[in-house]
Amino acid sequence: MADVTMKIWRGDASGGEFQNYTIEQNDNEVVLDVIHRIQATEAPDLACRWNCKAGKCGSCSAEINGKPRLMCMTRMDTLPEGPVTVTPMKTFPIIRDLVTDVSFNYAMAAKIPALLPKPMPEGGYRLMQEDVERSQEFRKCIECFLCQDVCHVIRDHEDNKANYAGPRFFIRIAELEMNPLDTNDRREFVREDMGLGYCNITKCCTEVCPEGIHITDNAIIPLKERVVAANYDPVAWLGRKIRRQTKKTSAEAAVQPAP
Amino acid sequence: MAVIESSTDVVLSGVRGGPAVKTLRQDRWWLQPVVTVSILTAFVVYSTWSAFNPHNYYVGAMMHRDLISPFFSPCLASSCVEGSQIGFALSGWSLSPAFLILIFPLGFRLTCYYYRRSYYRAFWWSPPACAVSDGHKKYTGETRFPLLMQNAHRYFFYFGIVFNCLLTYDALRAFHQPGIGFGVTLGTIVLTVNATLLWLYSLSCHACRHLCGGSLKTFSNHPVRHRLWKFITPLNENHMKFAWASLIFVALTDVFVRLVASGAITDFRLF
Repeated sequence: MADVTMKIWRGDASGGEFQNYTIEQNDNEVVLDVIHRIQATEAPDLACRWNCKAGKCGSCSAEINGKPRLMCMTRMDTLPEGPVTVTPMKTFPIIRDLVTDVSFNYAMAAKIPALLPKPMPEGGYRLMQEDVERSQEFRKCIECFLCQDVCHVIRDHEDNKANYAGPRFFIRIAELEMNPLDTNDRREFVREDMGLGYCNITKCCTEVCPEGIHITDNAIIPLKERVVAANYDPVAWLGRKIRRQTKKTSAEAAVQPAP
Repeated sequence: MAVIESSTDVVLSGVRGGPAVKTLRQDRWWLQPVVTVSILTAFVVYSTWSAFNPHNYYVGAMMHRDLISPFFSPCLASSCVEGSQIGFALSGWSLSPAFLILIFPLGFRLTCYYYRRSYYRAFWWSPPACAVSDGHKKYTGETRFPLLMQNAHRYFFYFGIVFNCLLTYDALRAFHQPGIGFGVTLGTIVLTVNATLLWLYSLSCHACRHLCGGSLKTFSNHPVRHRLWKFITPLNENHMKFAWASLIFVALTDVFVRLVASGAITDFRLF
């Protein structure tokens, strides 16, 4: 048992500052345990979002010593000696203390055209394992939004938020595009409306993902390559002409059939 | 505070939390950009010097060897030294023969997804490291010219495959030493390792993975392409390692050939 100094950002939209709390730290604790002890002893009004405490709900996202991480999955004994800074996610507007307004993500999620399946054959759909296992990786996403937080396109450029979906939604679109039942074509949509071209593949989203999803290699780059085939590849264009295939415009991709 | 006008329009601006500093990271985040800048700068300086110095790039029959530097292969200019040409020569090219070909491997590496990550971080500071502030006020990414040209990567990949075939041919040819016959020398091993690393780098490329099978929606209808994709995928996971290894080794191969051609070292014959 030893004491640790936690340097926690306190404040809301009207302003804020760091406050130091020197508090007991036990063996094998994670940052969220210490935050809870501070709430229980010194600062009962400290706002912090959390739920499962097992790295599966994605609620306790914050920045620990400047790195976007889940507080419940960051062991205290892995952090360097000295005060531990805990700040809210920088990309999203602050509500209070460590709690941010992540509704940007819900607005982006609502924009994505849903699955447009083939007509169901007699006997129902049959899927082969090799066709579904590629996109199963993307289903591990817990929507902690750490990838969105670390992405410099919106972290450092607020004005890009209107035009850029962010890594979390690129994996959602990749999942739909790789679904063998899907008949939609979101390539123009992801280029025009979701701002795929803004991503310069610096792989920070992959580095911070607590689920270890290969966001850049398995979702963003495959999407970029599909966009290249649709827009910048004359050989692919010729192939489409010969096979009389068309690509959907962004507006056409967004049209959804009546439920 | 955050405002959403409707369920689909994004109008989100609001006061952010945390201090207004470039980063709160305490680790040595600057180390990776420094290493990247050092290695890439050293490579660019060396390859530029090498391209401007079209001497000692070929070890020929006079020394009972057939070794050519990868920076000069295929040697297409009529000024290429005897034995180094590939069958035809461009007359009237007075500059270094390297300038005829280097644009292709350079373009392949410049548009490579891995190198883009590295140089955007290290040279462009966009961003220098994760959760460290971007060095620019405005950012449009790869949506406009000239960065829109990064989408030509797959075409440089096609050229890269042609170059790999030629460098493999060079490596195989080196096993036949003029006046001696078949034999293995240090030079043959260097050229073979160089060609192998370049193949690994090219085949592990993201564009290759896409073209082999990544573009498919249904693998089960295309078993051959699915197998190809499964073969490429583990290589792709190591693309970064192949990118650095092949970059460094191609420069070392040029150094080796120059040293042998100038007589500074001997190409040791193993058997």
